[in-house]
Amino acid sequence: MSDTINVSYDTQIPNNVGLSSDRRVLKALEKWHPGYLDWWKGQGPDGFQESLVYLRTAVSVDPKGWAKFDYVRMPEYRWGILLAPQVEGRIIPCGEHYGEPAWQEVPGEYRSMLRRLVVIQGDTEPASVEQQRFLGKTAPSLYDMRNLFQVNVEEARHLWAMVYILQKYFGRDGREESAELLQRRSGSDEKPRMLGAFNEETPDWLSFFMFTYFTDRDGKMQLESLAQSGFDPLSRTCRFMLTEEAHHMFVGETGVGRTIQKTCERMREAGIDDPTDIGRVRDLGVIDLPTIQKKLNLHYTLSLDLFGSEVSTNAANAFNAGIKGRYRENKIDDDHRLQDATYPVSEFTDGKIVVKEVPALTAINMRLRDDYSRDALGGVKRWNAIIRKHGFDFELTLPHEGFHRQIGTYTGAPITPEGEVITPEEWAARRDEWLPSKEDGDFIASLMKPCWEAGKYAGWIAPPRVGIDNKPGDFEYVQLHMA
Amino acid sequence: MNKPLKQHLIDPEICIRCHACVEACPKDAITFNDDNVVVDAAICDGQMACIGPCPTGAIDNWRVVATPYSLEEQLEWMELPEQQEIAAGEGEADSEALDDAIATLLAEAHKGAGGVARAPASAAKPTVNLHGLENPLKVRVQGNFRLTAAASDNDVRHIILDLGPGHFPILEGQTIGIIPPGEDAQGRAHLPRLYSVSSPRDGERPSTNNLSLTVKRVQGGVCSNYVCDLGRGDEVLVTGPYGSTFLLPDDPEARLVMICTGTGSAPFRAFTMRRQRVMPTVNGRMKLFFGARSPDSLPYFGPLGKVPQEFLEKHFAFSRVDGKDKTYVQDRLRQDGEALAMMLTDARTHIYLCGLKAMEAGVEEAFNDIARASGLNWAEIRARLREEGRYHVETY
Repeated sequence: MSDTINVSYDTQIPNNVGLSSDRRVLKALEKWHPGYLDWWKGQGPDGFQESLVYLRTAVSVDPKGWAKFDYVRMPEYRWGILLAPQVEGRIIPCGEHYGEPAWQEVPGEYRSMLRRLVVIQGDTEPASVEQQRFLGKTAPSLYDMRNLFQVNVEEARHLWAMVYILQKYFGRDGREESAELLQRRSGSDEKPRMLGAFNEETPDWLSFFMFTYFTDRDGKMQLESLAQSGFDPLSRTCRFMLTEEAHHMFVGETGVGRTIQKTCERMREAGIDDPTDIGRVRDLGVIDLPTIQKKLNLHYTLSLDLFGSEVSTNAANAFNAGIKGRYRENKIDDDHRLQDATYPVSEFTDGKIVVKEVPALTAINMRLRDDYSRDALGGVKRWNAIIRKHGFDFELTLPHEGFHRQIGTYTGAPITPEGEVITPEEWAARRDEWLPSKEDGDFIASLMKPCWEAGKYAGWIAPPRVGIDNKPGDFEYVQLHMA
Repeated sequence: MNKPLKQHLIDPEICIRCHACVEACPKDAITFNDDNVVVDAAICDGQMACIGPCPTGAIDNWRVVATPYSLEEQLEWMELPEQQEIAAGEGEADSEALDDAIATLLAEAHKGAGGVARAPASAAKPTVNLHGLENPLKVRVQGNFRLTAAASDNDVRHIILDLGPGHFPILEGQTIGIIPPGEDAQGRAHLPRLYSVSSPRDGERPSTNNLSLTVKRVQGGVCSNYVCDLGRGDEVLVTGPYGSTFLLPDDPEARLVMICTGTGSAPFRAFTMRRQRVMPTVNGRMKLFFGARSPDSLPYFGPLGKVPQEFLEKHFAFSRVDGKDKTYVQDRLRQDGEALAMMLTDARTHIYLCGLKAMEAGVEEAFNDIARASGLNWAEIRARLREEGRYHVETY
């Protein structure tokens, strides 16, 4: 009986998919491996490849074994191929094939659609590593540095996960796509990454936290819907990726929360009652709440764009084909085919926002985006609880869906964060009230001074309430060994 | 029926609602709304499959309650309630083992610490209760070696159990249960007997999926005779792992004082081997006080001799050697009193006691004297050590 829970280390590539008896795929991956390592060394965290980082590595995909912690040098991290256990008798959960046994091989008629989905998902993984490669140098603590690197190695493992699917199921095309994934670069003019938000810079740690909270949450939702795929290997891959993705959500939510915490604490100490007294707050060396709101506005709206057009035939086709489900498809109580159902979608026409009922099948993106917004709201509530606890009258909010959009019905629409339609001139004039200005960016950048003594934190961020793996406060999460 | 219950709760201030625990729970005991993720006390059976996957640590919270908090209450929480006063005491301890019988045994064994036991802050996270009475793990005996001289009437065995493909993660200091075959006088199946594991987490040799026990044959003992008579290849039913406080700090800076008699040496063998494997060059930070009747009845006397004194400072106390005065561990403690007194005020010091209950009083007295001689108050020091997870007692 082959062991599909525990990770096998009998090839160079740790895996629970029996790679050692799959010579063709093993060979293809071994061929891809050196290029991958070159990519990691060139595009991974800059200046920390020799440091010992307290990372978790999966030794099995069941709950007891996938979070084992130890010090490791990042280039020696055991990137591997881990699929959640196969569910006996799993069915295609949606679309016209609903109820048929899940595919174990790529269904021919959906081959190119499936390939494109896998490539787009795969492309985001290395992109975020590239975006974050210089952040280590300004880490506000060894704890945060460790969390950044954990996110980085796991994003890179997610690249492996997608490359495995490509190599195993897509033959020559898959090999070529796998090579391309190592060639595109975030922010490059010639060969940029495929999605807009993944070509933006991550210039500072607040951006990083906002990115992991808002943009990685888009990733989570995409993985959730691919985990509902009728193509079983993709579903199993994504299910395991989701357990890792949770850590990224954690880094974002607590990172922003700790920033807010510190700002509130310092304002209280200094006797500042008005959180909008930006100058005085900034003099304390902490990030004022209005600026945090602006960062939130930026990252939330960039992330909304990642969901694509509200009404989309591509999304309808993928759902109908059964290769991409809705969020928690298997928990939804309906016909899973959406033959007659409708879904409300906003539209921006003639300078007005109108809500229309459209066929639910074409509104798959919109529905996933709504689920995303609900999910994103949870953390905002927690952040507001911190502000309230310190007695300040200030509330962070998610901006209106029409604000600052580049994709879909609202593209370029002059809409305020409150959802009011104004003139393009007024919008342009007021832009800096809502989105980070260059001056805001400069101020945040001025706080980004490294703090690398075990147990110490930069002045703008509070320590975490609980250590990673229950470690004590002064635990040395990264042993630097700087060259 | 108003027996207090240890309720599993999630800290809503730390939880990020990723639902990793929801997916991990084999009982579907975890549910959520938009705000909170909560555990249903009526369904949760404490097998802790959710603990590892939680990225935040929010999942690892427990309150002893007379009436469990309802799902509705929990879904409304913005923060965890404080632990309420519960008359039954014993409450706040880390979750040792939720199986009542085992929990009672362990609580009894840890009583000597004088209060609620806590794990060292840097200890690795233990897995407990993976295999209960209803699903014990079947393992095979890999070896059974007598540790004491054949002439000695003290028959102590080193038993190696091969876990085969079984998943049984164990940490140094943890305990397992062995279910002896057959029935008791009332015709009921035997309950498991607890044994401390004497090998480190990665096995007798690095990366072997096995563990060892140190078992003394007790006249008329159902389980000890069963275990001591086991032969290579025999099948054994084990439960556990148990215990989440008597653990090794994962910190090379930690200073360990280990005090034992007889088979109480088992966890200290594991501690020593673990440190030899992961921090072999860290010298001068472990002391062992080991009492037995004579060298030939002291388990691991030979192998212990090979551990360099710089790595492990050994103090043997023999109570029955012809022509010599009786010496007990407390006498050896007093002889080393000056060094120990210094350690008592060092925040890096961890003290462990393991062995027969009878040794407790003598050790207490010795520490009292040692402290007093340096103008210190042992009771206060002990309380602080215990609070900080640095004082551990396991006696039987």
